[in-house]
Amino acid sequence: MLDTATLRPDFPILSRKEHGHRLVYLDNAATSQKPRQVLDAIVHYYSSHNANVHRGAYALAVEATEAYEAARTTVARFVNAWAREGVVFTRGTTESINLVAASWGRTHVKAGDTVVVTAMDHHSNIVPWQLLCQEKRATLRMVEITEDGRVDLSDYGRALEAKPKIVAFPYVSNSLGTVNPAAQLAQLAHAAGAVVVVDGAQSTPHLRVDVQALDCDFYALSGHKMLAPMGSGALVAKPALLEAMPPYHGGGEMIERVWDDHSTWNKIPHKFEGGTPNVEAAVGLAAAIAYLEQLGMDRVAAHEQALARAAIERLTRIEGVTVYGPRDHRAGVVPFIYGDIHPHDLATILDRDGVCIRAGHHCTQPLMRRLGVAATARASFYIYNDVDDIDALVNALRKAGQLFGVVPA
Amino acid sequence: MSDLGDLYQQVILDHNRNPRNFRTVPGANRSAEGYNPLCGDRISLQVRVDDDVIADVGFQGSGCAISKAAASLMTAAVQGKTTADADKLFRSFHDMLTGGVDAPADPKSLGKLAAFAGVRAFPARVKCANLSWHTLRAALENRAELVTTESASD
Repeated sequence: MLDTATLRPDFPILSRKEHGHRLVYLDNAATSQKPRQVLDAIVHYYSSHNANVHRGAYALAVEATEAYEAARTTVARFVNAWAREGVVFTRGTTESINLVAASWGRTHVKAGDTVVVTAMDHHSNIVPWQLLCQEKRATLRMVEITEDGRVDLSDYGRALEAKPKIVAFPYVSNSLGTVNPAAQLAQLAHAAGAVVVVDGAQSTPHLRVDVQALDCDFYALSGHKMLAPMGSGALVAKPALLEAMPPYHGGGEMIERVWDDHSTWNKIPHKFEGGTPNVEAAVGLAAAIAYLEQLGMDRVAAHEQALARAAIERLTRIEGVTVYGPRDHRAGVVPFIYGDIHPHDLATILDRDGVCIRAGHHCTQPLMRRLGVAATARASFYIYNDVDDIDALVNALRKAGQLFGVVPA
Repeated sequence: MSDLGDLYQQVILDHNRNPRNFRTVPGANRSAEGYNPLCGDRISLQVRVDDDVIADVGFQGSGCAISKAAASLMTAAVQGKTTADADKLFRSFHDMLTGGVDAPADPKSLGKLAAFAGVRAFPARVKCANLSWHTLRAALENRAELVTTESASD
């Protein structure tokens, strides 16, 4: 386990009180808290190096550009990208996936083609493909999940028989915590001739990610779930694919030459970074990665998995609690329901004890329909959580049970 | 600091567990669907209006304790009222939750609906309490579109 007593003072927000209680933040799958090292990096950037990037001929602008491009190298190393040119900074996973759908998708997907997603995908890895398929009159095929919350491999095989142009899936499910066999899914999809898009929003903060070992084609990640600021993120892609793709956003920075009626494009990755980029976000993301690398991603993963196991063990001992998702191959995401208490009520009650959990559909409505629930409660862990937080969760749940006089649903 | 007991009053817990008028309405001539995309609360409301009077009203659906109890207590409160009186009650109830101009000087004047006065201290839950009322208003105005808490001006 990580030494949380040493880590916690790095996170200023964790010292605040919630309704007179210690803040027990268990909504890390929604967004993580930020250590002062990240906050300091952002302040330092604006205090010492701020200028617009890639154009100034003065020292300050060169420093800003160096900081921005160094962040790109850091992200590339962190996920073992094919090349640093294959890292496009975006606002996060949602924008990364929209970029692929709008650029690669609109170029290659034709009427009658198929795009495959899974029933455990987040709306951000469903809706961009729906928009693409509607525009192109292509078919969106959703792969079913098994009872215990894994991708149904036989249904996945059937979906691949349609020779889809694109197969998209999450590495880790935000609603179930399932760690998908991403390399195997990518290999099967490639054998069927598809391009593979991996939603890495929930994996990048929590596992050692190696996109070359996964052998996907596109990998989308968000910074804000991994200690970095909101609005930070990246699309990591095979450079040859990016080279051949049309731009996403037109504007400054992404061009080479602009004529009256047409333009030529900058080299990758700049071709996909129209407009002044969010340098603060890139710098913050690099600081977040430095923080995580110092801990070691294998230890981060082991810490969260141990907490998830402990939480599941404690929660399932409470009569009336049902935990969703697989028993093993799971990340630190624990979705549950408690008798007939609506998750929204649970979240309100737990909040009074300073315990922050998520209640709702977690942006996975197709999955919720398959689970047969309108909503679940979800506790999700990160590096600063410990067993005391699980105690606080369990104690607050017992209070909720007493208040509502739980009847198992 | 407001206590959980102010929010989850006994009458609310009771109506959550045993919702009244949780049924379809025979001969209904108004209906509307309400939806809270935040938490997935969904309510289907049916009303029979005779000569501008709410002769019968019932609801179905699923939701949190606040939204279910609010729907249950609303159906009981508007039964037999003219649509104008129901609308007046809606404004009083709504403003009691949001501190608006039509808030009753004494919540007790709203009868059992006064149980929701505590919701005001829980801003994240105001939409839950108002969902059924917005849905009723849509039904009475014969608006066909889905009422969502995001379109309502809470």
